[in-house]
Amino acid sequence: MTIDRRQFLKAAGVAGILGLLSSPLFKVFAPGELEASEELKEGGTLSALPLSAQRWSMVVDMKAFPSVESYNKCIDACNYTHNIPKMDTENHEIKWIWPEKYEHAFPDSYDTYLSENIEAMTFLVLCNHCDNPPCVRVCPTKATFKRSDGIVAMDYHRCIGCRFCMAACPYGARSFNWRDPRLFLKNINPLYPTRTKGVVEKCNFCADRLYRGEQPACVEVSGGGLVFGDLKDKNSNVRNILRSKFAITRKPDRGTLPRVYYIIGGHTSTTGCVPE
Amino acid sequence: MPDKGKIIYLLVIFIAIAAFPFIYNSLATPVDMKIKLNTPVIDSMKVKQCIVPKEEMRRGHMKILNRWRDEVVRESSRDFGMIDGVMYEKSLQRTCMHCHSNKSEFCDRCHAYASVDIYCWDCHLAPKENKP
Repeated sequence: MTIDRRQFLKAAGVAGILGLLSSPLFKVFAPGELEASEELKEGGTLSALPLSAQRWSMVVDMKAFPSVESYNKCIDACNYTHNIPKMDTENHEIKWIWPEKYEHAFPDSYDTYLSENIEAMTFLVLCNHCDNPPCVRVCPTKATFKRSDGIVAMDYHRCIGCRFCMAACPYGARSFNWRDPRLFLKNINPLYPTRTKGVVEKCNFCADRLYRGEQPACVEVSGGGLVFGDLKDKNSNVRNILRSKFAITRKPDRGTLPRVYYIIGGHTSTTGCVPE
Repeated sequence: MPDKGKIIYLLVIFIAIAAFPFIYNSLATPVDMKIKLNTPVIDSMKVKQCIVPKEEMRRGHMKILNRWRDEVVRESSRDFGMIDGVMYEKSLQRTCMHCHSNKSEFCDRCHAYASVDIYCWDCHLAPKENKP
């Protein structure tokens, strides 16, 4: 079938008129009130005073984490609080706090014939918020920086996704967003941002919760297994624990001075091992 | 021009159809040009006032938000200040959007009109809105 010029113009005219009558045009010029929206449940104003310290640190008491459920509740609390997606492949995984085997958490422990219980333990690991953080040193945009209270923080607005920090961190505490994290978030916390594709992210010691006078999300649900406090305050909770129990840090020979301590069962003494 | 009559006749019909939406809307209901941006939170306030004067906010909200971003993230200075004995936080999601939970009207309408392409919402979350 062929179509001549006249037929084509006629058809085009009819199509044009039908197009004009379609609904979007009506909507554009239609008057009416705009719909009000659902309100946020929380937010807005503040009631509690911020928690502050000279040097924030954490103690992980492995006695409190005997089962998968015991540490999963900490991980789940963190994942929800910070909108951390559950990726479908391990390569794209985003983790702020996660379980790790002994040989991965403490790979430079050269001791042999250790208790099988210890070697079979699953350790909760997270960013160590080092005193000498290599990630901060390598960041070309200063997107990662150290706050005066010791928290190694990230400014996602400035991160260019170069991943130098991931190469520098000896603890694997940083994750890169290879894909849009929002596609993998089932349960969204409306009061915390997500990240975007192309930035690195990590634990922030819940800096925003501390401001609101709350303990970090993982600490809050840990039932005493995670203790959070000021390392510079001689009488703080963390210092009292470190004084009475033997604690280790991850990969101390890297010189990063990690500030997350681990107590792995065994010796307890209230009188202290170190003379004061 | 043998088809002169036909052309004028059809032209009148065309104009009538093309103008129909405008005529229809101008006759159908009285046009209320006032856009109501108040949310239930704002409606429940005794004194309807933003934490920054309205005009200042309208003109400089982008600068204020950028300043807040740097102060909160890099300087850990999150207190906006006390207003009537209530402490406010410098926070887009927790403070601005608490009252202005109607992002599609409150933010997007004007940004779309002014062709401003912002990337706030790539990471920050807007409150869920009741879609009409």
